[in-house]
Amino acid sequence: MAVTSVLRSEFFHNYRHSASAIIGSGLMALFAFAVIAGPFLVAQNPYDIAALDLMDSYKPPVWLEGGDPRYWLGTDGQGRDVWASILYGARISVFIGVVAMLASCALGTLLGLVAGFYGGIVDSVIMRIADIQLSFPSILIALFLMSAVGTGVDKVLIALTAVGWVVYARTVRGSTLSEIEKEYVQAARVAGLPNRKIIRKHVLPNVLTPLIVIATIQVGTFVLIEASLSFLGVGVPITQPSLGLLIKNGFDVLFSGLWWTSVFPGVAIMMLVFGINLFGDFLRDELNPRLK
Amino acid sequence: MLGYLLKRLIQMILVLWVVSVIVFLMMSFTGDPVFMVVPIDATDSEIAQARRLLGLDQSLPVQYWKFLSSIVQGDFGRSYVFRQPAMTLILERLPATVEMVLVAMGLAVLVAIPLGVYAGANPNGRLSRTIMAGSLLGISLPGFWVGMVLIYLFAVHWGIFPSSGRGDTGEIFGLRISLLTLDGWHHIALPAITLSLGTMAILLRMTRAGMMEVSRQDFMKFARAKGVPRKDVLYGHGLKNALIPVVTIFGLQLGDLIAFATITETIFSWPGMGKLLIDSIYRADRPVIVVYLMLVALIFVVINFIVDLVYTLIDPRISLK
Repeated sequence: MAVTSVLRSEFFHNYRHSASAIIGSGLMALFAFAVIAGPFLVAQNPYDIAALDLMDSYKPPVWLEGGDPRYWLGTDGQGRDVWASILYGARISVFIGVVAMLASCALGTLLGLVAGFYGGIVDSVIMRIADIQLSFPSILIALFLMSAVGTGVDKVLIALTAVGWVVYARTVRGSTLSEIEKEYVQAARVAGLPNRKIIRKHVLPNVLTPLIVIATIQVGTFVLIEASLSFLGVGVPITQPSLGLLIKNGFDVLFSGLWWTSVFPGVAIMMLVFGINLFGDFLRDELNPRLK
Repeated sequence: MLGYLLKRLIQMILVLWVVSVIVFLMMSFTGDPVFMVVPIDATDSEIAQARRLLGLDQSLPVQYWKFLSSIVQGDFGRSYVFRQPAMTLILERLPATVEMVLVAMGLAVLVAIPLGVYAGANPNGRLSRTIMAGSLLGISLPGFWVGMVLIYLFAVHWGIFPSSGRGDTGEIFGLRISLLTLDGWHHIALPAITLSLGTMAILLRMTRAGMMEVSRQDFMKFARAKGVPRKDVLYGHGLKNALIPVVTIFGLQLGDLIAFATITETIFSWPGMGKLLIDSIYRADRPVIVVYLMLVALIFVVINFIVDLVYTLIDPRISLK
């Protein structure tokens, strides 16, 4: 207990003295708040047709000529408040990023544990699949999968999980291989514990720490991949526009000079992913014992 | 050495075979391509006939066998849309993609390596921190969005760069290359910059990490102590040793650039094979998608192989097994 409390305090000390950690976690907290409270922060539900007024279409941001104080970031072609669209879109982007990360982590950890613990043919098959997959860029695999199954939030989740599990499986397998050599696992074996129980109670808790950093940064990566897929029109459907789809819709009118419908959702993605990466970098430095 | 090359060759063929199975299976589960070929008012018998002509009435294993044997013979079928051999379509567009990827890669290396060496050599300086924050921002930006912003600023607003297309091309060895004309460079600038940002950021971070790692080594201190100028130590002794992880990433990044080129080409209407892929996905033009994937798989497998070979050239401590 003493050890953990010292670690905790050191962690917290470093956190307080790291500008990037504070900015990063601040941005993440901001988005967490926006995702939870978003609908209560805006007067207009952008997906309620009755709340839209075509008379208000393509209003520029409030600081430009013709801006309307009700829509401080302007409106799109349907008179939809860009700010409200971003808050609703961020919910979908963050939801996809987080759920796909959790699913990848669960699947990858399971496969990594099995591969590392049992070895043999299971290990070879899982790791060869991982090798092949790693030699192709995630975005291309996801693009290909989405082109095969069509658009949908559920399909994006499946495609992201299919590309995301590999890093966890590799990391967990490596840690598992070194853990099962250790005495406590040998002792558990000698004591006659069934394999399942050894894996769940003894190995699993000891291989999780390195995953924290991977998982944090992966949420950002997934948000970007999802945005790219939606931008290409093979991601989320029009009825559930994520930030990426908002950018795509805005791109169509960019050449008319109506930049605000696409630029602001992009700024939102950038802030979200930048925050995640800043905090992820801090976590990596903190949790990597080699750097200390 | 020969044994190693042979082993790698077999591995490469195996990977390509696995890719062919996956590509074939995925394609078989996606929509019915027959409706891409027949007119909307086709009768049932016409549809059945088209299906027979395309070989879609046979069982999956038979279809796969035909697919595989024609691929091995270099026959990838005809595009449903263009009615031309799919391979020709892709190969026609390959130079456009390759030149954009190469310019982007060159740009990334030119910017990333000096900045990375600087940030690694002066880890606590103000400029280094700015460089690092900038590179993190580069990783966090959606590439397509950067492209859009560049189009808006430089093409729509200021009108100093073209927003789309490839411009004039020069011909060399029968290939049409933009880089031979001024107009071509003018057109390639924005897409190449857009494409290079992510890779630039990653190469920069790798170079910095490598330099920091190497700086701690004794031979660096020794070189300084015997009076070698700081610049020579950094680039001569340091960079050479810091480059090893960078080379791996370089290979992976080349693959990533080819993948991201699909998005960049779509934004800038760059007539490369990436844009063709996206268009073919919209039109369910199966043969073109298959050729693209198989060709890209081949490119990636070859890149990985070359990276492994280059390894041994840079670092004699690594031997081929």
